[in-house]
Amino acid sequence: MSQGDFERSLKEHGSSVYGEHKRWFALRVDLPLLLLLLVLMAIGISVLYSASGQELSYVKRQSVFMGIGLFVMIAVAQFDTRFMQRWAFVIYIGGVGLLIAVIFIGVGAKGAQRWLDLGFFRFQPSEVLKVGVPLMLSSYLGQRVLPPRFKHILVALLLIGTPAILVGIQPDLGTALLIFAAGFFVLFLAGLGKAYLLGTLFVAFSVAPVFWFYLLRDYQKTRILTLLDPQSDKLGAGWNIIQSTTAIGAGGSSGKGWMQGTQSQLDFLPESHTDFIIAVLSEEFGFTGVLCLLLVYVLIIFRGMMISINAQSMFSRLLAGSITLTFFVYIFVNMGMVSGILPVVGVPLPMVSYGGTSIVTLMLGFGMLMAVSREKKRMGEQL
Amino acid sequence: MADFSTLKNPQWESRLYVARASFTLLVVLLLLGILLWRYHDLQINRHQDFATLADNNRIHVRALPPARGLIYDRNGVLLADNRPGFTLSIVVERAKNIEQLLSDVGELLTFKETELARFEKLVKRRRPYESVPLRFNLSESEQALIAVNEHRLSGVEVSAQLIREYPLAHELAHVVGYTGRINERELKRFDPKRYKGSHMTGKTGLEKFYENQLLGEVGYEHVETNARGRVMRVLERIDPVPGADLHLFLDSRLQKVAIEALGEERGAVVAIDTVTGGVLVLASMPSFDPNPFVTGISTKAYKALTGSPAQPLFDRALRGQYPPGSTVKPVFGLAALDSGTVSMGYRIYDPGFYQLAGEKRKYRDWKRSGHGSKISLYDAIVQSCDVYFYDVGFRTGIDVLHDYGARFGYGDKTGIDLPAEARGIMPSRDWKQGARGRVWYPGDTVNVSIGQGFMLATPLQMAVAVSRLATRGEVREPKMVSAVGQQLTPVVSDPAIINIPTRYWDLVLDAMSGVVRDLRGTARRAIGKIDYTMAGKTGTAQVVGIKQDEKYDASKLAKLQLDHALFIAFAPVENPRIAVAVIVENGEHGSSTAAPVARDVINAYFKYYPQADETAQREALQSKAVLSPLESNNESG
Repeated sequence: MSQGDFERSLKEHGSSVYGEHKRWFALRVDLPLLLLLLVLMAIGISVLYSASGQELSYVKRQSVFMGIGLFVMIAVAQFDTRFMQRWAFVIYIGGVGLLIAVIFIGVGAKGAQRWLDLGFFRFQPSEVLKVGVPLMLSSYLGQRVLPPRFKHILVALLLIGTPAILVGIQPDLGTALLIFAAGFFVLFLAGLGKAYLLGTLFVAFSVAPVFWFYLLRDYQKTRILTLLDPQSDKLGAGWNIIQSTTAIGAGGSSGKGWMQGTQSQLDFLPESHTDFIIAVLSEEFGFTGVLCLLLVYVLIIFRGMMISINAQSMFSRLLAGSITLTFFVYIFVNMGMVSGILPVVGVPLPMVSYGGTSIVTLMLGFGMLMAVSREKKRMGEQL
Repeated sequence: MADFSTLKNPQWESRLYVARASFTLLVVLLLLGILLWRYHDLQINRHQDFATLADNNRIHVRALPPARGLIYDRNGVLLADNRPGFTLSIVVERAKNIEQLLSDVGELLTFKETELARFEKLVKRRRPYESVPLRFNLSESEQALIAVNEHRLSGVEVSAQLIREYPLAHELAHVVGYTGRINERELKRFDPKRYKGSHMTGKTGLEKFYENQLLGEVGYEHVETNARGRVMRVLERIDPVPGADLHLFLDSRLQKVAIEALGEERGAVVAIDTVTGGVLVLASMPSFDPNPFVTGISTKAYKALTGSPAQPLFDRALRGQYPPGSTVKPVFGLAALDSGTVSMGYRIYDPGFYQLAGEKRKYRDWKRSGHGSKISLYDAIVQSCDVYFYDVGFRTGIDVLHDYGARFGYGDKTGIDLPAEARGIMPSRDWKQGARGRVWYPGDTVNVSIGQGFMLATPLQMAVAVSRLATRGEVREPKMVSAVGQQLTPVVSDPAIINIPTRYWDLVLDAMSGVVRDLRGTARRAIGKIDYTMAGKTGTAQVVGIKQDEKYDASKLAKLQLDHALFIAFAPVENPRIAVAVIVENGEHGSSTAAPVARDVINAYFKYYPQADETAQREALQSKAVLSPLESNNESG
C-alpha cells in the first residue's frame, strides 16, 4: 500500500459520516455529471431517430444500450477506488491476454479481426483496454514518485505500446489511437518531462515514414490521401467526406429542421447513424445545434477535470483525468474526421453514434469518474 | 519515516497535477476552437455553396418527352401510332463497377456487339447522371428478369416510352416514312432543348417533312432522388405538349387497291384529287416494312433491302425518273395548237417513220407499218401516232415544247409536302448546254416530241400533269396533308399559268376520252366496260435504245430491259375529280399492264365516293382550305 492510500485510509476510519454511505439507497453518483450525461443521451436519441430514417428499432436498441450503460456506470461508481487500483493489473493483463487470443481465435469482418465469439454475443477485447490501460498506468504511476523517471517512463510506454500495437494490427486504428491517447494522457498528467515530450514527438515524426510504408494498409493510406484531396476520387474514398461536409455546410446557422436533412434522409450520407452522425445533427440543427452539443461536451469535460483535480489520490487524479481527456479525443477525432480535417478512422461520437459497445465502455469510464468524485466528497465531508 | 526525497510528496504532486491538468484543458479548448472554426467555416461562411451542392445532389431535372403526333388517312385510319415500349438504360455514375454491371446485365439478356458499341459511344458524350440507353424494346420476360434482379443492378433503369408503330407497314412505308434514332450528324444540327428526353426523329417521308409539327414540346420535371437515384417525389412539373396529328388526303383503301392492282410488278401509282390537289394514292412497289427501322434494323436485314435488285427502299413515285413517253402527247398537242404552229384541222401521212430534211436517220413509229394517211391530232392521240408528233413537235420547236411542258409541271419539283422529291428533266437548249455541254440538235426535239430522249419525269409529275389537263389548266400544288392538328392546309391554286382556248382543250380532252372509248383507242380493250367516263393516254418508255432498222423484240430482251408501261387518266371527263398516273416497270405496253391498274383505282374511288359533293368542294375551294372527312365527322358527332 502506498503512502497516500495509507494516509487516506487512516482518515476514513475516523470518519463518522462514513457509515451513511453504507445505506442501501445512498447510491454514490455525481449528480451534475449524471444530469449532463442524461441530456447528452436525449440529444443522441433524437438525432439517431432522424439519422436512422425514423426507424424505431435503432432507437429502442440504443435505449437498451444506454440503460445498460447507466446501470454499469452506477454499479462501478459504488466501487472503492482503492479496490480498482488493486485490480487494475488483473484487468490489464486479462485484456492483453484476450487481445492475444483474438489473434488466434478471433473472428472478423471486412478484413479486420477484432472480435471474440462468445456464442450469445460478440465481444471486442480492445474495448477492455480503453479502460484497462488508463487504469493500469494510473495505478503504476500513482505509486511512483512524480514526475516519473526514465525507468518508469519506459515501463509505462511498454504498458501502453503492447495493447496499442496489438489493436493496431487487427487493424483497428481508431481504437489503437484511443488506447494510446488514454495511456499518454496518464503519462503527461503525471508530469512527463518536457525533454521526454519533445523526444516522443521527434520519435513519432521519425517513425511516421516507417508507418506509412510498412504498417499502414492501402485503405488506410487512401483515407489519409483522401483527406488531403477529397475530389480526387469523388465516388470512391472521397464520397464520404464530400457528402458529410456537404451535409454540415448545408445545415447553415440554424439547420433544415429535425428529420428534414436531405443529405441524410435521402441516403447521400454514408454511416449516417454511426460514425457520421454529427453530419446529420449539423445539417438538421445547423451551427446552433453544433454549439449546443459542444457545450454539453465541454461541461462534461470540465466536470471531469474538476473531479480529477479534486481527487484524493494520485491514482484517482490520473485515472479521472485520463478518462476525461480520452472522452475529448473521441469528440475531437470524430468531429474532425466528419468535417474533413482529420483522416477517417473508426471513432464514434460519444453517446450519439449508434452502437452498444462504445456506450457501455464510455459509461464504465464515467462510473470510475463518479467513484473518484465520491471519494472527493468523503474527504470534503471530513474536512 | 524514510528519506523524503524518494518518497511521494502529495502536495507537490497535487500542484504538479493541477498545472498539467490546466495545461491540457487549455489544449482541449484550443482544439475545440479549431473544431468550431471548421464548423463555422462550413456552416456559416460556405453555407451557400454547400446548400447548392446538397440540392444538386437530390434535385434532378428530368425531361419528359412529348408524345409524337399521330398520322391518319382521310377516313381516320391510323397510319402511324405510338405504342408503349420499355428501354433499359444505365446511369454510369450510379453503377459501382460499370464493367461488372454490364456483364451482370449481359448474363440476364444477351447483348449484340452493336448494342454494346452504341452504348459505349453514347456513354462518351453523355451528361453526368444521364441515363444511357442500352437495349430498346425489352420483352415482358426481359423486363421481369431485370425487375427480379434490380437490387444487385445499381444504376440500371427500365423506363417506358412511346415507340412508333406503323400498322399498315409495307403499304405506306414510302409515304409515311419512319422514325429512327438521332444520329451524330442530326445531333449537331438539332436544337438540343427540343430533343431532350427523346432519341427519335423522322428519317424519311412525312415523318421527316413534318418533324417540327409531329415532335411536340418537351416537358420538364424537377424530381428529388435519393443517393441511389430513386425518385422520392416530384417537386415541379411542366407537362410536355404532344405533337400535332397529321390528317392526310390519302385514302388507305385506294392505296391498297393500287398495290393489289400492281401485283408482283415493280412500279408506282399516283392518284390526285383534282379539286383540292390532295394526293389520294402514292404507291411505290415493291415496298418494305418500316417498323424494324424504328427500333434499329439489323445489318443483315438492312443489307438484304439495299442489295435487292428490286430496290424496295427506292420511292419510285417521288424519286423514280422515267421517260414519260406518249403520255406527254396531249400536252405537246396543246402546245402545237396554242402556239399556232398547226391548226386544229392539220393532218399528216404516216408511212411508219419520220425523217428530218437532209438526214438519213429514220424516226420510227411504234407501228412499223404506219397509221396511214390523214392523221389528225385526234387520231394521233387516240392511236398514239408517233410520226404526227415527230412532225408537229419538230415544227413547234423545243423552246415552245419546253415552255408548255414546264407549265404542266415537267422538269420542276411539284412542291409536294414530302422530302427528296426528284426534279425530272424537261429539256431545253440551255439545259443541254449546261448539263451536257452540247448544242441542241434538231433530232433532240424529235425525240422529246414523244416524251423520249432527254425527257424524264417522276410518276408524281405525270399525275400532276394529267390533273392539270383534267382541270383544263388549273394549277394546284399536290398535297399529302389536309390538316396539321386543327390547322387546315390551304389549297395552293393558281389558275393563271395555263391559259388555252376552250376549243383546243375540247379537242385534246376529247381525244383522251377516245383513247379509252374510241374503237381504235389504245386503251379501249384494257379499260373495258366502265360505268363512268374516263379520259387517258397510254405510254411506253424505252429502257434500251433500239438501233436503226432493228425491230423491238420482247422475246429477245431480258425482263429488266423491257419497256416501261405508262398510263395517265382522269375521270369523270365532264367534271373531273380524280387524276391517276401509273407506271409499271418493264411492263411493255401502257395499254396492257398500266391501264388496268389505273382503272381499278378509279373504280374503287367511285365506289367509295359515288357522289361528287360539289357544293362542299366549292366552299372548300373558296375558303382555300379543305376539311378532312375525319374532322367533319368529329364535329357532327
